[in-house]
Amino acid sequence: MKTIKNIVILVYIASIFAACSNNEDPIVINEEEVITTVRATLVPQNGGATIILESKDLDGDGPNEPVITVSGALDKNKTYAATLEILNETESPADNVTLEILEEAVDHQFFFSFTNNIATATYTDQDSNGNPVGVKFNVLTGSAGAGSFTIILRHEPNKAATGVNTGDISNAGGATDLQITFDITVI
Amino acid sequence: MTQKIFLCALFCSLFFSGYAQDCSYTFKGIVTDYHDGTSIFGATIYLKNSDKYTTSDYQGKFEIKNLCKGELQVIFSHISCETKEVLINLTEDTFKDFTLEHHIEDLKEVSITSAASAKNKTAQATVLKTDVIDKYSSQNLGDALKNISGVSSVNTGNTIVKPMINGLHSSRVILMTNGVRLQDQEWGIEHAPNIDINTAEKITVIKGANALEFGGDAIGGVIVLEPNRAILKDSLYGKSILTGQTNGLGFSFHSSISKSTKKGWYVNAKTTLKKYGDFESPNYVLTNTGLNSKAFSVQTGLKKFKSGFNLYYTYLKNEIGILKSSHIGNIEDLVNAINSNKPTVVNDFSYTINAPKQEVTHQLAKADFYKRYKKLGKLKVQYDYQNNQRLEFDIRVGADKDKPAIDLNLSSHAVNTSFEFDSESNQTYKVGFMGAYQNNFADPNTGVRRLIPDYDKYDLGVFTIGNFILNDNTNLDLGFRYDFNYINAKKFYFKSRWSERNYDNEFSNLIIGDFNTQWLVNPEFKYHNFSASLGVSHELNQQNAIFLNYALASRAPNPSELFSDGLHHSAARIELGDLRMTQETSNRASTSYHFNTEKTTLLVELFFNHIRNFMYIEPNGTEQTIRGAFPVWLYKRTTANLFGIDINWQQKITDQINFNNKTSFIRGKDIDNNRDLIDIPAARTQNSFGYTNKKWYQFNANLESEFVFKQNLFPDTNFEVFIPTTNSNVLVDVSSTPNSYHLLNFNTDATFKLSQKTNVTIGITVTNILNTNYREYLNRLRYFADDLGRNYLLQLNFKY
Repeated sequence: MKTIKNIVILVYIASIFAACSNNEDPIVINEEEVITTVRATLVPQNGGATIILESKDLDGDGPNEPVITVSGALDKNKTYAATLEILNETESPADNVTLEILEEAVDHQFFFSFTNNIATATYTDQDSNGNPVGVKFNVLTGSAGAGSFTIILRHEPNKAATGVNTGDISNAGGATDLQITFDITVI
Repeated sequence: MTQKIFLCALFCSLFFSGYAQDCSYTFKGIVTDYHDGTSIFGATIYLKNSDKYTTSDYQGKFEIKNLCKGELQVIFSHISCETKEVLINLTEDTFKDFTLEHHIEDLKEVSITSAASAKNKTAQATVLKTDVIDKYSSQNLGDALKNISGVSSVNTGNTIVKPMINGLHSSRVILMTNGVRLQDQEWGIEHAPNIDINTAEKITVIKGANALEFGGDAIGGVIVLEPNRAILKDSLYGKSILTGQTNGLGFSFHSSISKSTKKGWYVNAKTTLKKYGDFESPNYVLTNTGLNSKAFSVQTGLKKFKSGFNLYYTYLKNEIGILKSSHIGNIEDLVNAINSNKPTVVNDFSYTINAPKQEVTHQLAKADFYKRYKKLGKLKVQYDYQNNQRLEFDIRVGADKDKPAIDLNLSSHAVNTSFEFDSESNQTYKVGFMGAYQNNFADPNTGVRRLIPDYDKYDLGVFTIGNFILNDNTNLDLGFRYDFNYINAKKFYFKSRWSERNYDNEFSNLIIGDFNTQWLVNPEFKYHNFSASLGVSHELNQQNAIFLNYALASRAPNPSELFSDGLHHSAARIELGDLRMTQETSNRASTSYHFNTEKTTLLVELFFNHIRNFMYIEPNGTEQTIRGAFPVWLYKRTTANLFGIDINWQQKITDQINFNNKTSFIRGKDIDNNRDLIDIPAARTQNSFGYTNKKWYQFNANLESEFVFKQNLFPDTNFEVFIPTTNSNVLVDVSSTPNSYHLLNFNTDATFKLSQKTNVTIGITVTNILNTNYREYLNRLRYFADDLGRNYLLQLNFKY
């Protein structure tokens, strides 16, 4: 019986010790996978001004809305060679997420859409299966007008589904990793 | 066997009843089980000095007339109880309440009994016994508890099942297992109780906060799981249950073995293994919904009437797949999911569990010791330690692919002491003290901002409860409790979030560090909680009894209500807690009516629960990120009124055919906003016909119909969002409820003797016989997929 009492007493003492745990401050986490910045650089073929479209959201999933900038208007009836840059600028130096996407190119695809028929987009790159990725693409502007340009990145889309490899998102499925809309004008 | 003894005892009592003297005093009493308060039928009551016998009746009552004044030496004995000797000084007609230590009748206990029992004789308590628990051996605690009218569940798929008592769940329901309050991050709606149902031999559900011994914050109720009791004889017994099922193509295996000695030493061990692949709805495979579960427990101790101890350890590891198509990127994906009636990902059946998934390990160790002091009572001291390790894996890319997105470790220590003054049989008191410490650690290696911060939490509680037998037919319970909670957290907030929540003015003193875009803050909160309980039970006559209960309970906000902050990837929503939360207070009044005859058992329970500062979470607009728009789910508070009725009616039609109806209806009102409360279960009714033939290998067959109404009372929390791909504004319908549904289930079993001490029960169960397509309002995956289709189960239950 005495041993039992001793056990109980020991347990009490142990619990008091356990209660006096360390009081260190936790380590800050800067999210590794957050995308803060999406930049599309549109270089016109046969001369003209390079256009840069950028969306930046430095607080990630925080309440601040992304800041969207468009460097200027696009020229009508012109082909632009476009390249996407995806960055995490909460880290320093900024983490280039584009490389990670390209490493897993078969599991990622960008989709582009324009309103008011102001332009169309075509893929100029391929993953290892010969399907489009969309880090590089061409933008062909139509006649003058204004509208919006939306870029969507889908993770694990079904690239074999009807229309997906020509840029139709309707059957793509997967989860959305990025979705940005730029208001642009064509003059 | 029991019958024979009863007849013998009856004979004896008849024989001795004619043994009259001049004396005219009457000695009456009631014999109940020491542990659960159930009546003990057929106990022999022997008066040593006058050599008189009688036996307790069906309700545990007995009466011996014509006794002389003076000291009575009374000996109570029963086939499955420890013999007890009591001295009574008889000076007038006397009524007394006696308890016996009832040994396990575990291997042959009968179906659910709805009666006042457990630690509190007046509460709305319902007991599930071994036969029901065994049937659910391959499933969840939450599934088994739905056998109790008024208990439903809130689900994430079909393997994460949280019990809901009268519309309340998570932190509002206390789960006790072998005397230990489970600490397993119960605040989260997608955190299933980390408990293997097979560790319990008996489960009691107490509705409302009328069991203050366990805690003062059980606004919903308390679920008490008790392992098998030691038998005070030299024995070695065990059981093995093997269940196979077609839906999920899986199996469950449970085995237990117990050894006990006459001197009171006992040891038992239990283990359970479960493995399921993808489950199926009637029309498609629910991709990535498999389950792997391993559980182990061991218990040893010494049990004597005067003193004893118990050592207990349990280990449980669950790997749970979450429906693949419920992983969505942003609000447009959610809109697509709601509008499509099929999940976006349907692959071939597989046992592989990929992300999104949960891996949860729970360990519990406890030691307790009790000692009885003659003519005073029983002292109990207990210490327990629990460790809960929760990993949640999301679909991630690159180097983080195999890293969990959530990695929380919760460790808890608790010390409980109580003293029960039970020397006077018509009034017993219990006083107790509880001290607990808890530490939560969120591992930063996840690379994902913490949803729940690091914190230390201290709790202290004192309670006193009393039970008074006012007369032959009336019982009174009274209890008070005070709890002090202190939480000290260290949490990072985005500076933008801190300002958006308007914490700048009120909480600027909490900031202890500046980390570029984030603040490190140190919230410290203290809460004082008072709770009280009052219960009266009154037996009007042999058939009718009424119960009245009142409980005041208060609950401090849990870590997610206070601190949630950020994108919950698995739910594609931004969840925001509120540092301004204060404790919620419930006033619950309830009444029950019992009607009991040989053929009919009817139990009607009514309750009304008024909750001030009721904390709940609901959609509140959207926020734009670079991934697109996300719905914001905000923790809010309001004044809530809940009321409802639960009915359980059992009717014997013939000796072999019986009918059972269980119906529950509940209504929840948000008083401050004059609308309905969110997430209130719909009315449901279960009707079943059973056939039993004991002569034919104890054959049972049961056909059950379960009808769940459409919940028409819900708040409109729909919101509009702009969808760029279609260039349009779309209404996101997150609040509409699914249609009513009707399920048919069938169960049959028979028991065969293999040898003197071994028998096997073979059972076949078919659930959702009609393969009905349905979705349940309280399943969080209802936006994405249908619920389970038809399932055939075959169960072999060996007892030896």
